[in-house]
Amino acid sequence: MTGRRTFLRGFLSVLLSGGAIGGILKILPSKAHATEAPLKGKWYGFGVSVDKCIGCARCMDACKTENNVPREPFFFRTWVERYIIRKNGATTVKTIEPNVDPSPETASDKSILRSFFVPKLCNQCAHPPCVQVCPVGATFQTKDGVVLVNEKKCIGCRYCIQACPYGARYLHPATRTADKCTFCYHRISRGLLPACVEVCPTQARVFGDLNAAASPMSRFLRMNKIHVLKPGLNTEPKVYYASLDGEVR
Amino acid sequence: MNPELMRSLHDLLPQIQGFIYPNEIEIHWGLLIVVYPYITGVVAGAFILASLVKVFNVKEVQPLYRLSLLTALAYLLVAPISLVSHLGHPERFYEILLTPQTSSAMAMFGFVYAWYLMAVLLLEIWFVHRTDMIAWAEQETGVMRFLHRTLALFSRDTGERAVVFDHKALKVITIVGIPSAFLLHGYVGFIFGSIKANPWWSSVLIPIVFLFSAIVSGVALVILLYMIITPLRGGRIDMRCVDKAVDFLFYTVIVDFSLEFVDFIHRVYQSEEEIKILSEMVMSKLFASLIIVQVLLGMLIPLLLITLTKIFRKRFSLNEDLRKMVYFISVILIQFGVFATRWNVVIGGQMFSKSFRGLTTYKMGFGGIEGLLYAIFLLILPIVILAVLMKVLPPWKEMIGEGASEGA
Repeated sequence: MTGRRTFLRGFLSVLLSGGAIGGILKILPSKAHATEAPLKGKWYGFGVSVDKCIGCARCMDACKTENNVPREPFFFRTWVERYIIRKNGATTVKTIEPNVDPSPETASDKSILRSFFVPKLCNQCAHPPCVQVCPVGATFQTKDGVVLVNEKKCIGCRYCIQACPYGARYLHPATRTADKCTFCYHRISRGLLPACVEVCPTQARVFGDLNAAASPMSRFLRMNKIHVLKPGLNTEPKVYYASLDGEVR
Repeated sequence: MNPELMRSLHDLLPQIQGFIYPNEIEIHWGLLIVVYPYITGVVAGAFILASLVKVFNVKEVQPLYRLSLLTALAYLLVAPISLVSHLGHPERFYEILLTPQTSSAMAMFGFVYAWYLMAVLLLEIWFVHRTDMIAWAEQETGVMRFLHRTLALFSRDTGERAVVFDHKALKVITIVGIPSAFLLHGYVGFIFGSIKANPWWSSVLIPIVFLFSAIVSGVALVILLYMIITPLRGGRIDMRCVDKAVDFLFYTVIVDFSLEFVDFIHRVYQSEEEIKILSEMVMSKLFASLIIVQVLLGMLIPLLLITLTKIFRKRFSLNEDLRKMVYFISVILIQFGVFATRWNVVIGGQMFSKSFRGLTTYKMGFGGIEGLLYAIFLLILPIVILAVLMKVLPPWKEMIGEGASEGA
């Protein structure tokens, strides 16, 4: 009787403590997710030259066409923001709309200090908070560092949308699952460029393997001063910006 | 696609202030997610009240013991309904139980919930009612007899040793139950508090604030139910019990208020980059629900009312009916206050842009899954379940001394 009781007690405590310790180790970010580029294989990254973007919005259009993103202005895998910073320090930001001439026209307005366009997309973080919080593992990171959503598995809880610091995710109104930029994974896995990079007329968008010694991407990183969005959150974005203004968040 | 959603989003476009990321227009966690922490909060709070009797031996609140256990169970049964119905794919909810991702706070819900339901609440309720169920079954016939037999799991032993074991088991369960109740609601707070992308949520204090507001809402609700149900059953409200419970409530509200105040001061003093947009939000979009309902009506006025009764009760032997009225008003105000707290956390956390440059608006629907009607249904459902539970496991003897002479 006592033997059985001691055994059960021991067994239960091992089970409970083992589970707890295992759970905590899994929760620790360094254990759960790769944060550094693997030495072998591809590790994709993206470059944006803020100075080259002319705000033509062709990337937005191409992305919606390529990836069946709803046309309504509430769902974007990529978008372009226009910043106007005035001499008095006031900053106005707008998401530009395809086929609409951006207003105001900035050249004649003398109160404007500087203005520029900033393309945005999923940062494909090396340490993605969306992957960490997904309760069912529907959002995951591929071997080559791209964060994808399995729409067959996603339950539509939207925790990932809350966890993304960049507003890169939305709930697709047709599938009722989370959706976001995939770097056009269906294209890049066949050696093509993402649709937005393909159509950009000024080469403001650059894409490539960060591990490759010679590629437009590694050249971009070599030739520019680089910044990422919200570095303080330790998400380690793989979308790198050249000439990024401090006003951009 | 959903034309209704598109229309409502188009309606929201002109109401955006400043700049928000284009994907941020839709508020993803709506009224249902406001209801969820409110309901789990009641569960945790009601259970803590019950453990006052068992662990801390506060004899005065014994009449509330069974009522609070049943209240906790009734609300716990409803908690997952609001969660599952808000999913984009409710039919896939089992994925969270079958293939949970261990790094996800939300994935732990199934386990925390199951632990609390099975290992704490159901066990405690079973041990509390076991001998009663046996006794009830003896005097009953037909369906009720069968029901009580089955619920007692066909145990028949009412001997001294069995009863002693019941008491021992209860003690252990309650002691395990207190940290479990803390876990349940602290965990709900953690779901929000661990989102580093959102400065309105991301705070170590959030789980603790959630916990104390949970205790506040649960205790207040049980007092409210007791004050309504007892006269309805023709009983007399035991003022010694209510005074004691309100005392406890009073101190918890003070702790809750202080914690939220500390959080507020901390944010204002640190004044990080998000402070401008957050204060703009508090002063415009959240003014009514935060300043007026949560702080003024939900905390300060009840605190003032209860303080006054405390002072005057001693000095001028305040009229019992007047005291009852003050308590009654206070606990109702507190309910609204705690509900507003949940609202301000959940909705408030999504009304400002993560670019910290603008605000969006939440437009509550009336019909539909995310609408007001369904939320009201979810808030009434636990009361209906409680009524059924009280039919099956009547707490009257303890609550109002009814049937005590029958020796049941």
